[in-house]
Amino acid sequence: MTRTQTLLALLASLISGMGSQARAENLILSLSSNHVAITSTYIGTELVIFGVIGRDQASATRSEHYDIVVSARGPRSHMVVREKAGLGPFWVNQHEQKFLFIPATMAVVSNRPLDAITSPDMQSRYQLGLDSAIIAKDRRDERFAQALIRLKQRDRLYESLPQNVEFITPNVFKAVIPVPARAPTGLYDVEVALLSDSVRLASQSTHFEVIKIGFEQDVAEAARLHGWLYGFAALLMAGLFGWLATIIFRRD
Amino acid sequence: MMEFYLPIAELPVNIWLIVGMSAVVGFISGLFGVGGGFLITPLLIFLGIPPAVAIATVSTQIAASSLTALISHWKRRALDIKLGLLLLSGSSIGTVCGVMAFNALRRVGQLDLTIGVSYIILLGGIGLLMLYESLKAFRARRSGRPVKLSRGGNHPWYFGLPFRMRFPASGLYVSVIPLLAMALIVGFFGALLGIGGGFMIVPALIYLFRVPTMVVVGTSMFQILFSMSGATMLHATTNHSVDFVLALLLIIGGVFGAQFGARAGRHLKGEQFRLLLALIVLAVALRFLGELALKPDDVFSLAVSVSPAARVAP
Repeated sequence: MTRTQTLLALLASLISGMGSQARAENLILSLSSNHVAITSTYIGTELVIFGVIGRDQASATRSEHYDIVVSARGPRSHMVVREKAGLGPFWVNQHEQKFLFIPATMAVVSNRPLDAITSPDMQSRYQLGLDSAIIAKDRRDERFAQALIRLKQRDRLYESLPQNVEFITPNVFKAVIPVPARAPTGLYDVEVALLSDSVRLASQSTHFEVIKIGFEQDVAEAARLHGWLYGFAALLMAGLFGWLATIIFRRD
Repeated sequence: MMEFYLPIAELPVNIWLIVGMSAVVGFISGLFGVGGGFLITPLLIFLGIPPAVAIATVSTQIAASSLTALISHWKRRALDIKLGLLLLSGSSIGTVCGVMAFNALRRVGQLDLTIGVSYIILLGGIGLLMLYESLKAFRARRSGRPVKLSRGGNHPWYFGLPFRMRFPASGLYVSVIPLLAMALIVGFFGALLGIGGGFMIVPALIYLFRVPTMVVVGTSMFQILFSMSGATMLHATTNHSVDFVLALLLIIGGVFGAQFGARAGRHLKGEQFRLLLALIVLAVALRFLGELALKPDDVFSLAVSVSPAARVAP
């Protein structure tokens, strides 16, 4: 039901947008939700993006199909990658490299593998693929950069999913973006790129927010704003259960 | 319902896994009078819980399980409050120094190494000492000779240092200097390693100060209860990393495990008790040794950069 509504809304906006500006392809996006609510039962989720590729008289007739690459990036922070090396009998952290503004999570979803869509050079130019998580001037030592991406993938925080974009009609697509269980709260950027014949025709971005609600939010706020009370409550709980256990086990 | 999202650790965990794990560690804790932090903290970190949250939350759980064990020791009067208070004052100073060392080492990226080496030296040393002693006691018992730990009149030199104090409950008349020094070292490493330090205090009181085994466990619990309550408040007010839900799950498993442990402990003989504790302590030391000495699966590791303004606003 909601899907049909979304589609109808999209088509309506597409029609109204037509004829105003005559400039090749454009993208109209609709996210299934603008926020992901973390509740007690949250174990990760998925967001769906519906998109319509708008065409006008100026658009060339294309022999190639369209390609869609959606990149969702989580809140950014600085990270450090350390490398262990043998020092006598022990393995010890010896070298490290700092990386700035690394997204906590990243999902790259597309309708087919990126390498089939465009060349590696163009991928880095268009900021497509997991490698684009690292800004260019931080790519001093490729081993450290590769390790960062690999470790993020191992923890399932970075994912590349080349089958998560589906074309419903040649001009309407649906993309499924995973939001991992360990996604931090904050603002997430979603960037959608439209390509054809390995060239980018248009791009459009949107956002969603991951927030804690209800009990999860109450506890997190209490911990942050009322540290003394929170600590005291935790100790009270510890005392209560510690004492309760001795009562239950009193019959000797 | 199996999975529950932890509000501070920020990840879902399996409820039964956490409760079961803490029940097993609680059993060991109640049996030997150790807090169990040196067992459960590495386990939680292994499950993916951020180390800061694991260390802070375990302190709350240890407070609960030490209280329940303390109550049952209290009923049997197997406790030396005077000695406990003295140890507490020494370990508080050590804790403050340990927290400072912890933060400094984390900045230079050698915290893992320091923790690993500390565990190996402390646990390995204590474990081997206890193993040697308890095997000797077993052999002596088999050959029919009774072995007594406290040899009257034959005291080590440090008993005679200035400021001697009498501890009637432990049958001890000893200088407070070595006691305070021992507590200070325990407090320092306890804070550095995120553990209560019971596994250091128990053997130290048994071997260095010859306090009767049953009194040692109660006294250690007394000291741990207060130092871990203090640690909980310190973490809750400074780095806000105590996870209420995780603490609840750990406590439920821990207190019940500790009750069974304390009960099982009554049927154990002194040297059996020391042999078992030695084996557990050695096993954990070996685990850390393996971690340091074997080539890791991945030589690279990833961490959030700990420096001012490391967290960037979105």
